Amino acid sequence: PFTEEWLPSGHSTINGCRSLSSLAELPEMHQMMRQTCRDYADRELGPIAGKLDKEHLFPAQQVRELGAMGVMAIEVPEALGGAGMDYLAYSLAVEEISRGCGSTGCVVSVNNSLYIGPILKFGTQKQKEQWITPFTTGEKVGCFALSEPGNGSDAGAASTLARQEGEEWVLNGTKAWITNSWDASATVIFATTDKSLKHKGISAFLVPMPHPGLSLGKKEDKLGIRATSTANLILEDCRIPLGNMLGSRGSGFKIAMQTLDSGRIGIASQALGIAQAALDCAADYAHKRTAFGAPIGKLQAVQFKLADMAVAVESARLLTWKAAMLKDAKKPFTKEAAMAKLAASEAATFCGHQSIQVLGGMGYVTDMPAERHYRDARITEIYEGTSEIQRLVIAGQLLKEYAS
Amino acid sequence: MSPASVFVCLSLTLLSDYPVIRVKPDNSGVVTDGVKHSMNPFCEIAVEEAVKLKEKKFIKEVVAVSCGPTQVTETIRTALAMGCDRGIHVEVSGKDYEAMGPLQIAKIFAALAKKEEASLVILGKQAIDDDCNQTGQMTAALLDWPQGTFASEVTIDGEKVKVVREIDGGLETIKISMPAVLTADLRLNTPRYATLPNIMKAKKKKIANMKPADLGVDMVSRVEVLRVDEPPTRLAGVKVETVDDLVAKLKANGTI
Repeated sequence: PFTEEWLPSGHSTINGCRSLSSLAELPEMHQMMRQTCRDYADRELGPIAGKLDKEHLFPAQQVRELGAMGVMAIEVPEALGGAGMDYLAYSLAVEEISRGCGSTGCVVSVNNSLYIGPILKFGTQKQKEQWITPFTTGEKVGCFALSEPGNGSDAGAASTLARQEGEEWVLNGTKAWITNSWDASATVIFATTDKSLKHKGISAFLVPMPHPGLSLGKKEDKLGIRATSTANLILEDCRIPLGNMLGSRGSGFKIAMQTLDSGRIGIASQALGIAQAALDCAADYAHKRTAFGAPIGKLQAVQFKLADMAVAVESARLLTWKAAMLKDAKKPFTKEAAMAKLAASEAATFCGHQSIQVLGGMGYVTDMPAERHYRDARITEIYEGTSEIQRLVIAGQLLKEYAS
Repeated sequence: MSPASVFVCLSLTLLSDYPVIRVKPDNSGVVTDGVKHSMNPFCEIAVEEAVKLKEKKFIKEVVAVSCGPTQVTETIRTALAMGCDRGIHVEVSGKDYEAMGPLQIAKIFAALAKKEEASLVILGKQAIDDDCNQTGQMTAALLDWPQGTFASEVTIDGEKVKVVREIDGGLETIKISMPAVLTADLRLNTPRYATLPNIMKAKKKKIANMKPADLGVDMVSRVEVLRVDEPPTRLAGVKVETVDDLVAKLKANGTI
């Protein structure tokens, strides 16, 4: 059942959230913000993205510049050093940054959603000042440590343990696949405090990096997003003060799941940026490359591909915006966020694939960015919840709606 | 007495790297419908310089001004997001906007600068769509103020401004008294990106609205555009094998 209301601003809402007709034109502030991120991506990231990928270089200077622009802490209130904007703005920013460089978009997304996100939502005022404010400027980035060698999708089976000893927590275990690990100055990490309570016995902790008892495994050599560092976090009697627990004891799993819900919108946005970059590359090539006496854009085979790519990106984008707007309106958005991430990541891999096809041989060589988009896109179907998990989440929410 | 307010005068231009600019079928001008517009790059440099002067505390207030249809408020808003304090939108639309040229704009800017008692008027040296390079100079003449054009370096020294100008022969340094008009050249500075917090702050800054008539300016153009044509299509050249062939061909067609 839909209830439509008209707001003084001229926008209408359906069931309380801004209707899709207002998605036809974003609010002025959002348009300006999107433009400034696009300008930055075009001028500062696009020209170096190939080099960052080839040499596996963390874009430290660019991250600092993005921090100065407020992009590393978009939702954080100004009082804590952030930009004080909403999640729709965040989604737009990540998409534009990712369009310039998929790796940099990933760093922005992880810092905003996975590291700052849970602290903003579940931290005490003191924790926010200590663990968020220094991470708003781009000087420091954070990471999120949930996955382990033995469990990714099976997050409830956390085998990393935390025991209390006097005024300290002592952590032991290994975390795997941690993005930003080698470049981070802190982590939000999940460990079991009460094994008997199963997933209700997991708690979240804040650990500075570097720190005695915390060491990093080797940097993974990845297919894509190569400018980001991915490695194991190894905890051997890593001691942190009691005050470093985030949220209440046993609420770790809930914190992780809620964080990933929002993080999904970030990754969807990253995937959109990569997909759009792939589409831009293919469409531009279709204008310029001639074969059979005319630009290949005149051939229906190429036109159909471009049309399919454009539809995939635009529909995923609307899903992503809707999820962000629902979150901003404080409405439930779990199903929509999962739908956005699923659609956007599959759009990214589809566009990456088809873009190489449109470019033919040129798509296969590193002279053109198409192969990098293809490689960067692939991870978006895996991290922050595999496409399979997204389908389970969507089905779960859907079936709940139909339950009598 | 330190200068109070600086006016930065902005121009909204056709985006220079837009794929194709087309001449209208009736040869009266170029097609602007649906073509992306944005702030003139030299005006961005002018905004940056004004904001920098304010950050160095040489001036108290930066006002961003632009003439044109509703669209120019976006340009003013961008200038506010870069750090200007308030904006003024002088509304010019329809036939008046199509006929608007440097002289009309200079009259408007001069009237505003006098009305608001500006100490400095900074503009981009020229707009990248018409390349006129006249507005700054005309504004200075109408106000009878000194001008420092093609500035690549600006330093405020008490009541005077030291301007390093890029000229054909190299660099010329002049010292002029305020109030004065400056125009920004490419190497004056690198404009900043609007930060997200400043975009949020820009929302609350005021943009005043007025019409040329409010300033007593008549918008009648003294220039009539007779015709706009595309540059002639480049004809195919001829390849020659030797230098002797080249000289013979040049002699044959009367070039030498």
